[in-house]
Amino acid sequence: MTKVREISCPFVTEAVKRLFLEANTSLGEDVLDALYRARETERSDLGRYVLDQILENAAVAEKWKVPLCQDTGFSVVFLEVGQDVHVVDGDLYEAVREGIRLAYAEGYLRKSVCDPLSRTNTKDNLPAVIYTDIVPGDRLKIVAMPKGGGSENMSGTSMLVPAAGYEGIKRYVVERVQAAGSNPCPPVIVGVGIGGTIEQSALLAKKALLRPVGKPNDRDERLELLEREILEEINKLGIGPQGYGGIVTALAVHVEMMPCHIASLPVSVNIQCHVARHREALL
Amino acid sequence: MDRIMALHTPLTDEICESLRSGDRVLLTGKIYTARDTAHQRILDAIRAGNPLPFPLSGEIIFYAGPTPAKPGAPIGSIGPTTSGRMDRFAPKLLELGLKGMIGKGKRTPEVREAICRFKGVYFGAVGGIAALMAKCVQSAAWVAYEDLGPEGVMRLDVAELPLVVINDSHGGDLYEEAIDRYRQQPLLADSD
Repeated sequence: MTKVREISCPFVTEAVKRLFLEANTSLGEDVLDALYRARETERSDLGRYVLDQILENAAVAEKWKVPLCQDTGFSVVFLEVGQDVHVVDGDLYEAVREGIRLAYAEGYLRKSVCDPLSRTNTKDNLPAVIYTDIVPGDRLKIVAMPKGGGSENMSGTSMLVPAAGYEGIKRYVVERVQAAGSNPCPPVIVGVGIGGTIEQSALLAKKALLRPVGKPNDRDERLELLEREILEEINKLGIGPQGYGGIVTALAVHVEMMPCHIASLPVSVNIQCHVARHREALL
Repeated sequence: MDRIMALHTPLTDEICESLRSGDRVLLTGKIYTARDTAHQRILDAIRAGNPLPFPLSGEIIFYAGPTPAKPGAPIGSIGPTTSGRMDRFAPKLLELGLKGMIGKGKRTPEVREAICRFKGVYFGAVGGIAALMAKCVQSAAWVAYEDLGPEGVMRLDVAELPLVVINDSHGGDLYEEAIDRYRQQPLLADSD
């Protein structure tokens, strides 16, 4: 019989807290590399000036352990729970929420969550959005993703007709980025989800943002090509860093796909600003 | 690269008329933070004839909600939010004497027209450099709506805050001009 591994809730809380604190103050190496490459590529003076400031900001935030951006995000958490894990000493979701509560209080992070109608702030950045997958094994993987509102607002979903096809998908994604213009703080990373159902396509688009920046989809060569073609078209739009003009509007396009209904072609675009924050831990 | 101008608050018609889209600006002086809900309350106060949290004449609003200040620091990280959400409020405030707005993202034709008519200016601040921008803030004080938390109105004393002129009082629009200069393909017509 398989032995069950116990994971204690306080241990989960501590990990979640650390991940949100780190994600908000320290930019990943993959993002930094992409920004340095953008600085080399960009032709516009104002665009290079913006990229210099972005890189300097990352160094300042890292050194002083202060938030990279004042928008410390809505808290999104992805859990992969091994089926041989037994969570003890509490409630798993409450342990995750407590980690967020502590990170946002002790880290002086902005509480950016409110009631949709009254607009009253919940004051602890909760609730969070927590996705759970049950997977083989006896480990617990936690991914923390503080997601900014400006880039989320520029995201979208379209239920395309199947006849729209490959070109229709390309057109929709490029159109979204063009319409977003300077709003989502370019250079952006564009997550694209194709297929599934309406909400599954949006989730695929969000999960696509967790991939290291610029790493191609290596499971389907059609998608690798699609990513390259969309990126090329986006960078012809002229928007540039912060919309001040230039040839680097997006750092990368990441596409995830799954089969869909014979009547449907759902496509979602989740836009991520250049402060692309996510951190993971494997307990 | 376009010009770099050192500006001090308050702004006047003459200062605003001297600015052109694409100018880089280092702003020193006093500015106020306000975003969605604070704007709604200011407009409600105007409609009701109640006193405003600060006099608008010659002033600048920064569309920003900072992170909480750590002990000993004047402010936490601070940077612009998307200005478009304040477009419905901006023409009225410009009419009442507001001179400048700091944010990110494009404005409606109504706001751009009000900037020309009332001789104002819209500055872009780089989004996502909030740790760096906080170093330009020398002090911060609550002015109104503290109950809104990060959405309340604060007065900031800033030194050489780095900005770029997006919309000037002559109709210039950096976003449009920049895209025209760097676009390598025709604009897509919106098929939505």
